[in-house]
Amino acid sequence: MTDQLHAITVLGHDRPGIIAETTSRLAVLGLNLEDSTMTLLRGHFAMMLLGSGTASGAAIEDALAPLTSDGTLSVTVRAVVADESSASGGTPWILSVHGGDRPGIVSSVVGEVARVGGNITDLTTRLSGELYVVIAEIVLPAGVDPATLDAAIQRVARELGVGASLRVAEADDL
Amino acid sequence: MSRLRDWTELELGQQGRVLQVVRAPADVLSGPGAEVDPTAPEVVRLAADLVATMRVSPGCVGLAAPQVGVSARVFCVDVSAHPKTREHHGTFVLCNAEVVESSRNEKAREGCMSVPDLTGDVKRASRILVRGRLPGSGEEVEVRAEAFEARALQHEIDHCAGLLFLDRVAGAHAVYARQTYL
Repeated sequence: MTDQLHAITVLGHDRPGIIAETTSRLAVLGLNLEDSTMTLLRGHFAMMLLGSGTASGAAIEDALAPLTSDGTLSVTVRAVVADESSASGGTPWILSVHGGDRPGIVSSVVGEVARVGGNITDLTTRLSGELYVVIAEIVLPAGVDPATLDAAIQRVARELGVGASLRVAEADDL
Repeated sequence: MSRLRDWTELELGQQGRVLQVVRAPADVLSGPGAEVDPTAPEVVRLAADLVATMRVSPGCVGLAAPQVGVSARVFCVDVSAHPKTREHHGTFVLCNAEVVESSRNEKAREGCMSVPDLTGDVKRASRILVRGRLPGSGEEVEVRAEAFEARALQHEIDHCAGLLFLDRVAGAHAVYARQTYL
């Protein structure tokens, strides 16, 4: 059998040991974990991972079923096509937005990014009391003028009454 | 201090060879390098090879022996042409170097020729005092470095100790897939 890539999500009530249990069950299936990310969202456990191996989606679901037995976690498994992120030729930027919580901050600001073909590669939003924070990693395609995008973001930010900054995320090669 | 600033690879008395740069995962990158005799001919040759390999690698501001497959505490640095550089000491090679003083941590995103597809946010001291020995003469020198040169020195000294920037990233979400390739 050839290897198949599966996207697996585990969501729900946090407790110690979820990752250990999930990964040990996947290891038994011989599933090779590729990229994964996990965080707590308002205290809720949220993990996404890509695993490759010969196990079928049904076999993975069966193996992870015990995780969901007490009703506090939900698991999804689906086959995905291997999709190597290609060298885009774009430039990496970090967008920070922060201000008073109100509806539409994310959609308004990232709308400006989408308008110029910018691709968001990482996104975190946090609500802390009244303070709302958005941090996005963005790849801007060659030919997009960051100053023009920044001006558009600043215009939207002013309308929302929030602060925004766009800065280059170029790494120092050592 | 001026001893280091005046140093050039001409003191090594030989033209180095351009070596292949090792990429992670490789055992040589994750084990501590051996202390060397800076006067040994093979160490002088290694120093010349490191400088030669750094010179032909675009954007390269430093290279440590483990990155060319040699588990030894030798590295070269030259940040003089980098746009972020303020103060610098030009090209130099140090053997058995260690950081003896450090202060003022700053976080910045780093990349590495040995980990070409990832970058990571790393906090490092922006003012350091490094002590090491020059290849050839073996004389002890001290270098007081700041900002970008300080970061480069710590990155190379880490390589000599078997540490990659991945060992120092600021958190679980501080490693990134590189978007552009040099």
